Amino acid sequence: MQRPDEQGFFKNLQRWLEPLLVPVLAILTAVILGGIIVKVVNGDPIAAYRGLIQGAFGSPRALSETAVWATPYIFAGLAVAFAFKGGLFNIGAEGQIALGAVFAALIGYALPGWLHTSLPAYIHIPLAVGMGMLAGAIWGGIPGALKAYTGGHEVINTIMMNYIALNLTSFLLNGPMRDPDPTDLSARTPEIAPSARIPPLFNIPGMRVHWGFVLALVVAVIIWWLLWKTTLGFEIRTVGANPDAAKYAGINVKRTIIITMAISGALAGLAGAIEVTALNYRHELGFSTGYGFDAIAIALLGKTNPYGVILAALLFGAMRNGATRMQFLTQIPTDIISVIQALILLFVAADAIIRFIYRIRAHEERVVLTRGWGG
Amino acid sequence: MADDNIVLEAKNITKQFPGVLANDHVNFDLRKGEIHALLGENGAGKTTLMNILYGLHKPDSGEVFVNGKSIVIHSPKDSIQAGIGMVHQHFMLIPVFSVAENVMLGDETTHLGMLDIRAVSQRLQELSKQYGLEVDPSAVVGQLSVGAQQRVEIVKTLYRNASILILDEPTAVLTPQETDDLFRIMRQLTGRGVSIIFITHKLKEVLAVADRITTMRAGKVVGTVQPKETNEAKLASMMVGREVILTVQKEAAHPKEEVLRVEDLHVLDDRDLEVVNGVSFEVHAGEILGIAGVQGNGQTQLAEALTGLRPTKKGKVIIAGKDLSGKPPRPIIETGLAHIPEDRQRHGLVLSYTVADNMVLCNYYLPPFARWGVIQQEKVDENARKLIKDYDVRTPSPYVPTSKLSGGNQQKVIVARELSRDVKLVIASQPTRGLDVGSIEYIHKEIVIMRDRGVGVLLISAELDEIMSLSDRIAVMYRGQIVVVVDARQADREQLGLWMAGAHVEAV
Amino acid sequence: MNGRRFAIIVFIIAIMFGTVVLVGISKNTPLVIITSMIATTIAVATPLTLGALCGLYCERAGVVNIGIEGTMLGAAFFGWLASIYMNTIFHFPAMPSLIVGVMAAVLTGGLFALLHAVLSITFKVDQIIGGTVINILASGITGFLNRQMFFGAGSVFHGNIPDSPGVLPTIRIPLLADIPVIGRVFIQQPIAWSAIALVIITQIVIFHTRWGLRTRAVGEHPRAADTVGINVIRMRYFNVIIGGLLAGLAGAYFTLESISSFQPDMTNGRGFIALAAMIFGNWTPFGAWSAALVFGAAQALQINLQFFRTLIPPQLAVLQNSYVVGLAPYLLTMVILTGLIGKTIPPAADGKPYEK
Repeated sequence: MQRPDEQGFFKNLQRWLEPLLVPVLAILTAVILGGIIVKVVNGDPIAAYRGLIQGAFGSPRALSETAVWATPYIFAGLAVAFAFKGGLFNIGAEGQIALGAVFAALIGYALPGWLHTSLPAYIHIPLAVGMGMLAGAIWGGIPGALKAYTGGHEVINTIMMNYIALNLTSFLLNGPMRDPDPTDLSARTPEIAPSARIPPLFNIPGMRVHWGFVLALVVAVIIWWLLWKTTLGFEIRTVGANPDAAKYAGINVKRTIIITMAISGALAGLAGAIEVTALNYRHELGFSTGYGFDAIAIALLGKTNPYGVILAALLFGAMRNGATRMQFLTQIPTDIISVIQALILLFVAADAIIRFIYRIRAHEERVVLTRGWGG
Repeated sequence: MADDNIVLEAKNITKQFPGVLANDHVNFDLRKGEIHALLGENGAGKTTLMNILYGLHKPDSGEVFVNGKSIVIHSPKDSIQAGIGMVHQHFMLIPVFSVAENVMLGDETTHLGMLDIRAVSQRLQELSKQYGLEVDPSAVVGQLSVGAQQRVEIVKTLYRNASILILDEPTAVLTPQETDDLFRIMRQLTGRGVSIIFITHKLKEVLAVADRITTMRAGKVVGTVQPKETNEAKLASMMVGREVILTVQKEAAHPKEEVLRVEDLHVLDDRDLEVVNGVSFEVHAGEILGIAGVQGNGQTQLAEALTGLRPTKKGKVIIAGKDLSGKPPRPIIETGLAHIPEDRQRHGLVLSYTVADNMVLCNYYLPPFARWGVIQQEKVDENARKLIKDYDVRTPSPYVPTSKLSGGNQQKVIVARELSRDVKLVIASQPTRGLDVGSIEYIHKEIVIMRDRGVGVLLISAELDEIMSLSDRIAVMYRGQIVVVVDARQADREQLGLWMAGAHVEAV
Repeated sequence: MNGRRFAIIVFIIAIMFGTVVLVGISKNTPLVIITSMIATTIAVATPLTLGALCGLYCERAGVVNIGIEGTMLGAAFFGWLASIYMNTIFHFPAMPSLIVGVMAAVLTGGLFALLHAVLSITFKVDQIIGGTVINILASGITGFLNRQMFFGAGSVFHGNIPDSPGVLPTIRIPLLADIPVIGRVFIQQPIAWSAIALVIITQIVIFHTRWGLRTRAVGEHPRAADTVGINVIRMRYFNVIIGGLLAGLAGAYFTLESISSFQPDMTNGRGFIALAAMIFGNWTPFGAWSAALVFGAAQALQINLQFFRTLIPPQLAVLQNSYVVGLAPYLLTMVILTGLIGKTIPPAADGKPYEK
């Protein structure tokens, strides 16, 4: 017989570890399968993974780069997870990131010229970042409004908004917003003013990790608080869990849907704005490609929990970061990471597969994430 | 004991569902040409037993014999093969298909690989003549009345040459007259050698139509009796396991001021058909107005319009003197409405939420539960503990997901939340549908308490008995209109039934 | 398809055709321009039509499949890869290589669909998430293999993209193709012709056969189908796989019929637009086809405007910008999904896993 308090301790431990079990096994399974794929195409999986880990964690600089990669992933993962909580599937993070980046860049490089004055950083940075969030909020809010008022499904509409964003940014970066420097051959904006730049965390050359990373962690906490401790969060979660009951309870379902999508879009826009103001100092065409899908994988791997999103984003950041070293050492294309990430997503989404392989019983309630065309 | 007359026999059937022993060594037999009623409360295990006979569930143990031979039923296919047909409580018809398509589904007639609708229609017309069951093969099922859909279901089984018919709660959706019609059809069928299992929880009906009555309680068979040797009270106590008071005890009403006034209300349904057309009535504080009517005559949409869940096309809704026509739910709730919705799992609860959260579903944003937009969790918990005690909600804790509770306790969560608020009007739609007798008694009692406290109650129910025993005044709704309002003390069951079926109303 | 929606479709197509006629009138007669527009429309609508039919089989059986995009992409890649292998490694002539390529594409489509079926039907994964998994997986695998096979370590092609066996040849409809000017419409490639044939076949299968009746039953009210002895799971599996085969054929269009090369993510949202076409077509084959033609016309407009670029008058300079004209199909999709031009009703059990 166990003593009651001992049992309690193990029970608590089990309660903490339980939610981690399936994601960890999903990652493990995906990594093994990824290794098999590398083997099949004549690569050396052990060398590849060694390179990957070295690249991601091998030195302080590698760690810094992992954090740099993870930063937009945290924001974008939060964006998708937040929408999921409201019963909405935001596949449009990619477009929202692009728009957030473009408009943050615009304010970053053009505002001092428009005002004919230089701006202090404590005004310029919030303006640039805020503009990026606003652009993302609008880009997310449009499909939200279409969903609320016409029933047009957000899954297709956010994807369409991605393509529209792509055309729009291509147009802007090849035309009105293109860097006038004739030696610059790629489609990108001019560099933003120094006053719009978010500084790095450490003043050490080569350590690029910046205050945006800290902001991402703070925003994750805020989002958690918003969802679980406020009446707005209650409304968003209620609409997500049961829109009919939400309406019955007097919640304005349409307004809540739009707010949810706008906040989700703002978070994605923030991802783009931070990349511009803290890292690249300009926006370049095609930089957000693939972020939308990665964000979905991160949100699901993090079980749509803001803290889970941080962990998942760090993992994905590490993989992306380590992949460069892996490619350098083994000539295996970095694209293998996309395959592994897709497999992780597969096993996380279909946790029944993982439970089946490893014979784990389900304890949790099935969560409704999305709705079909009818609802 | 070999009995040549026994066409179907279930022996020692046991079926365990997570958390419930739905069938516990159940024995049941059916003789040729008889109507054998299976009586029991909701959740007694009747439907589980029938689903086993029909191949929708597999028993954990036990055997089934048809015409003396042991058979194994893996799926409905096997039971159809054995001559068993079932009419489910929720019709297994596809609304967008025609009658012919529905009937042939799974047993199609084809010509050169194409569906042969004409041959099927012909066969249907023959069957319909033979058994006196009127159906139109080309009609779209979704546009038929409930009674007609039920006929389609019966024809569907006959089309498959069923000689054993299971009718699962077939009268739940019918008017008293349609019920009589069904009983006539049932006797006609048994006259032609069909044997019928008639599942119900309505005592009057088994006494009226059954040859034998078997009662089930909590997964076990309590006993089998002949209708002549029993009565309603005896059957009720067999069914529930204790003495049941069949009537609601209440004093005379003392109606006061008007709390709800509806004037010329018109409401559309989801297909934009006007299903409430020109309804006017009023409810006073301290009285219960019951709306009787067969399901599908606009009551659902009326309740939704009154509570703000559905827009109104025309007309006025005035609650406690305030014009709330076309307003969304929140201002209506804030004026003093409690709403026990018809579909408790869809509208009344967020099943994944804890009991505590569900208990503040309508007032989470008001003090003391929230301050400056931040939820005060300790107040929410306190509220839950109090309501769980006051309303006797059986739950292991306030923090379990509401989905873990039984249907009766889920409904009690809603009743507690709605009736504990300071309200002037209660709208209760089908408040006891699908509940056990204990919960039904409890909810009836609570509704009467509200009335006696001076709250106006609008009760909408398809159960005529419920309407008659609770209401002070009864309104009958037919095809989107209130055809008559009568004093409950002078109401006559037969007469109400006729009105519900659309009989012309003479001066009352 | 009701009259109003048909009128809207004709109206939209007329506007797009009219624009091109106005721009190109100084160079060609309206008949020539319209003929060319129709021919292009039919050709570029091919993957949309097939994708919409894929969605139709899935959703009529009650399974939402937003993985059509990824299924097409995967099929496009593996079909192309198979044709190249046959051609350069096994030295098959062009035509047999292409046929093997098409078969490989169709098979790939079927395999992706099988994965979707396993996820959504057996494991009851949220179907929209399941479809997203397919899309991400297809994008990842094709991107990785495309690079690894041709440029990566141990690549069989040693960094050279080999010559491809070209594209499928055109098929002329006898007599009709010989009509002067408008005969051009009747010269199309095989996948384009198959798409049209499959629209007709699907119409018959879904509405006039036992299979179709059961499929629709399973998508409307699976429990009712179950009670009359229909195997819901089996029906859903087969329909999803049939859909996958069609999406596979759509994939073949990209790399074996339209052009003879593969580019990462080359399907460019066509799978999602196909879904929108299916929805606008109210889950009917002919409805879906006509909606696909609208999107095809939007793309034809873009292609033809590019062609007549120099003739665009300065006051319409905005039409010279390919980014602006390129928005047409995407904006059109969003407008159509608003339901403002006619609400459509999905099968009642669409997207809901069947719990016994």
